[in-house]
Formats: sequence, structure tokens, C-alpha cells
Amino acid sequence: MRRVLPGWAGTWGRAVAPVVVAVLALTAWQVLVTVGRVAPFVLPSPVAIAEALGAILPQVVSAALATGANALWGLVAGSVLALVAAALAARLGWLRSTLVPLAAVVAALPIVALAPIFATMFGATSELPRQLVVTVVVFVPVFVNALRGLQSVAPVHADLMRACAASGWAATRTVTLPGALPHVFTGLRLAAAGAVISAVVAEYFGGLQSGLGSRITSAAANSAYPRAWAYVTAACALGLLFYAAALAAERLTTPWNRRTS
Amino acid sequence: MSPPSAKAMVEVSGVTQRFGTTTALSDVSLTIASGEFVTLIGPSGCGKSTLLRLVADLLTPTEGTVHVAGKTARAAREAQDYGIAFQQAGLLEWRTVLRNVELPLELHGVGARERRARAEELLEVVGLADVADKRPSQLSGGMQQRVAIARALAAKPALLLMDEPFGALDEMTRERLQDELLSIRAREGTTVLLVTHSVSEAAYLSDRVVVMSPRPGRIAAVVDVDLPLRATGTPTDVRESPEFFAATTVVREALRAPARVASP
Ligand SMILES: Nc1ncnc2c1ncn2[C@@H]1O[C@H](COP(=O)(O)OP(=O)(O)O)[C@@H](O)[C@H]1O
Ligand SMILES: [Mg+2]
Repeated sequence: MRRVLPGWAGTWGRAVAPVVVAVLALTAWQVLVTVGRVAPFVLPSPVAIAEALGAILPQVVSAALATGANALWGLVAGSVLALVAAALAARLGWLRSTLVPLAAVVAALPIVALAPIFATMFGATSELPRQLVVTVVVFVPVFVNALRGLQSVAPVHADLMRACAASGWAATRTVTLPGALPHVFTGLRLAAAGAVISAVVAEYFGGLQSGLGSRITSAAANSAYPRAWAYVTAACALGLLFYAAALAAERLTTPWNRRTS
Repeated sequence: MSPPSAKAMVEVSGVTQRFGTTTALSDVSLTIASGEFVTLIGPSGCGKSTLLRLVADLLTPTEGTVHVAGKTARAAREAQDYGIAFQQAGLLEWRTVLRNVELPLELHGVGARERRARAEELLEVVGLADVADKRPSQLSGGMQQRVAIARALAAKPALLLMDEPFGALDEMTRERLQDELLSIRAREGTTVLLVTHSVSEAAYLSDRVVVMSPRPGRIAAVVDVDLPLRATGTPTDVRESPEFFAATTVVREALRAPARVASP
């Protein structure tokens, strides 16, 4: 009798495999750095980074909270703006033909170009420039995906709504919005990852020394490499947290859209 | 513009439908009496779906008029005089099976308790009461199609429109659903207009088979079917009766030589 191994393909396999790979990679890294005698300023060992992380944990946590707050505000503001814009653009042709090219332009804007400009505009003592950078970065994927979702009503559903003599608003509520949700969440997942990255990068251009990005630059400037990497690790964890939150919201809100089960 | 006659459920007169330079239907007239079961059959692209969509007021004819239940097609659609099942089940995948069946009632403002009761009753009829709380994606194609039929029947429409509803199903499921459809129709007295590309399906189900020819779409022949065993015999008796074979033969010949007007 032939059977596909259920354990490996199943939940356990999916949870265990990345952990195993991560442990192997970290071990290889440690061995490479110690045995290969890589200079610590090139690449500190995982153990050195973990020690640095342990030593400055309160600072790391507060820096992660500051950056996380910026990312969250930007994510919320950018998403709300993008959803409103997408809803309007889906209804109004003239607005759509204005906003879609504009979104393409914004998508092409490098955050490294925006961050210093916002920093000078809003002063060095405010978190606002960082939050604005995140807002701009978040806007594009949410807007583009939400608009695509709102415009992708299946023809058979459109026919059904007409056959049932549904009013415009009833059709929106019944098929357009639920049908757009999976697309919206695709946008939000991309935006959640981008929000943390841009919140960190926005801090590289001066201003308040509160967040992960500024701590990474100052640690690197002081040649405190394990410390810099400890903050990088925190940035990575923060990004994963945002992504996981977006994924969890997606699972809760669109349970029919799950690929498995 | 002739006034709609009292007993006709569907009255299509002098309808021509053009899509750009394509003429999908040319001067088609068809009257379906109340309670009649009529199928449209013909090669693909001959305008069967177009004709059905005109009756459903999903399309407005380039020329000619369509009346349903004594009203314009539009007024009939707005009064929810017909229920429709498409070739694809077209269920809303974010709703449970039960809530899919409730949909037409919900859109017409029927109260929650009443529409739930009706949807449960219909799921019973199509043999899906046990999956009422599942989502469409958890159902097989045949089950989804049955949900779509239940949905089409939800508002107790006087007219049921179906576009190749069993097209994608295997032979066994298809025959079972055909029998379910006949018994629903017998019980509720629904008028049915069904599109099919299956000769045996057309002969088995209908009182009249409308044979269409392509380029441009026209009605080539109308075949009256009379299967006496329908009233007394089992489905197998009907499918094996000489009248059934005779009807399929006539329809098949009308399809091959669309110019000749046939009668059994
Ligand atoms: N919305 C449409 N726009 C353009 N052409 C169409 C449209 N709907 C149908 N047609 C054309 O009309 C003809 C009849 O189509 P249809 O009614 O779908 O045929 P059938 O259902 O018999 O296969 C075909 O040539 C098809 O390409
Ligand atoms: Mg068709």
C-alpha cells in the first residue's frame, strides 16, 4: 500500500522544516565565522549577536516599539487612504485614469529619496516624516490590489445581480466587496512587510534617535557590529510580526479563501 | 409591437441581436406557453445563450420585443418573475450553501426566518440538506450545480431559465438531476426554458425542442415531444421507450438538416 507521508506534508512538517533549516543555517554561520576566522566587523557570529541582544534588550525593545509605532500608523493611514481612493476610483472613471498613473509614479519613488525631504519638511524632532514615508509606501500596493479586486467581479456574479434586480449598493455589498477582500489582503500583506522596512530605512536620514534604524546606523558608526546586528535582528522580527498579523487578519476575514482545508 | 398574449409565459417576437458586426440572432420569434418545458438546442455559437439572456433581460434586443409573464422582459426581471441557472454554478464562495440559496430572497427583502425556511426546504428538494452549512468550495461540481438550481427556484419563479446547467456533469449525476428537475417542475408548475447541446437531454425533458441553426442564429425547426410514459413509467421506462427514441431521431435529423421543418 502506498501512502503519501502525512506528517511531513502536514502541519508538523510545515512547522518543523523551517526551524530545522534555521538551526542548521545558524550553526553553519557560527562554524564558518569561528573556524574560518572571519573578522568580527565583517560578520559577527550568531552567539556574539545573541549576547549583544541580551545585554541591551530593553533598548532594543523600546527602539522596536518606536519603529513599530511608526510603521503601524503609516500602515493604517496608508491603507485607509488607499481603500478610500480605490473605492472612489472603481466608481469614477475620470478619477481612475488620474490615480492609476499616479500610483505607478509613487511606486517608482524610492523611499531613500523621500525620507530626507520629509525629514527637512517636518523637522528633526518629529516622528511624522517617518510615518509619512510609510504611508506613501503602503498606499501603492493596497490601492493597486484593492482596485483590481473591486473591478474583478466575475461576469456570472454580475449577471446574477442583474437577474435578481439587485440595486447598485446591494450588488456592491453582496458580490463586489466580498470578492475584493482577497485582493485587498494581498495588498495588505505586501504593505505590512513594506511598512516595517520603510519605517526602519526612513530613520537612516537623521531626526529622532528613537527607533531601530537610527540605532543600527549609530552602532555601525561606532563599529559595534554585534549591537548593530542585534537591532537588525529586531527589525527582522518586527517585519515578521507585521506580516503574521496581516496573514492572521486575512485568515479571519476571508476564511473561504484558504488554499488548504 | 404586438401586445403580449394572456396565456404566454414568454413571447419573443421578431428579435434580431447584433454584437458589432456579428449577427447572433436574426428575426427570431418564439412563444412559450405557461407550464411548458422548452429546450433550445443547436451547434455552439448559434445564439442559444443570447436568446436566453434576452428573455432574462440581461441583454436588450437590437430589434424586436421580448415579453415575459405578460410584461416587458425588464419589468419581469424587476418583479423577479424568473429564476436563472447559468452554465457555471456561479455561487458566492464566501457564503454558506444555505445563504447562497437565500440570496434572491434576501435581495428582494424577504425576512430572515422566511427565507431560511424556504432555502432549507429547497435544499431538501435537491438532496443537499446535510451540506447547508458548508462552503461551495467544499462541494463537488454536481452538488454546486444543484445549489445553483435551488437558488434559481428560491423565489418561486413562474419561469425557470437554465443555460446548459448539467453540461459539465457526468452522465449519472446528469440523469439524476434531470429527474429532480422534472419532479420539481411537476410539483411547482414552473415553466422552463433550458439550453442544452444534448439531444437525449432535450428529448427527455421537453414538451418542445427548439432546434437552432448558426450564422446567423435562427430557429430551424420546432419538434413536439410527447412521451406518454412520463406520467406513468419510471425514468428508465421513459428513456427506453420507442417514443423517446423517435423524438431523439427527429431532433438529431433536424440538427443535421436544419432547413427542413420536422415533426414526429
Ligand atoms: N457579449 C457578446 N459580445 C460579442 N459577441 C457575442 C456576445 N455574446 C455572444 N456573442 C456572439 O454571438 C454568437 C452567439 O453566441 P451564444 O449565444 O453564446 O451561442 P451559444 O450559446 O449557442 O453557443 C457567437 O458568435 C458569439 O461569439
Ligand atoms: Mg451558450
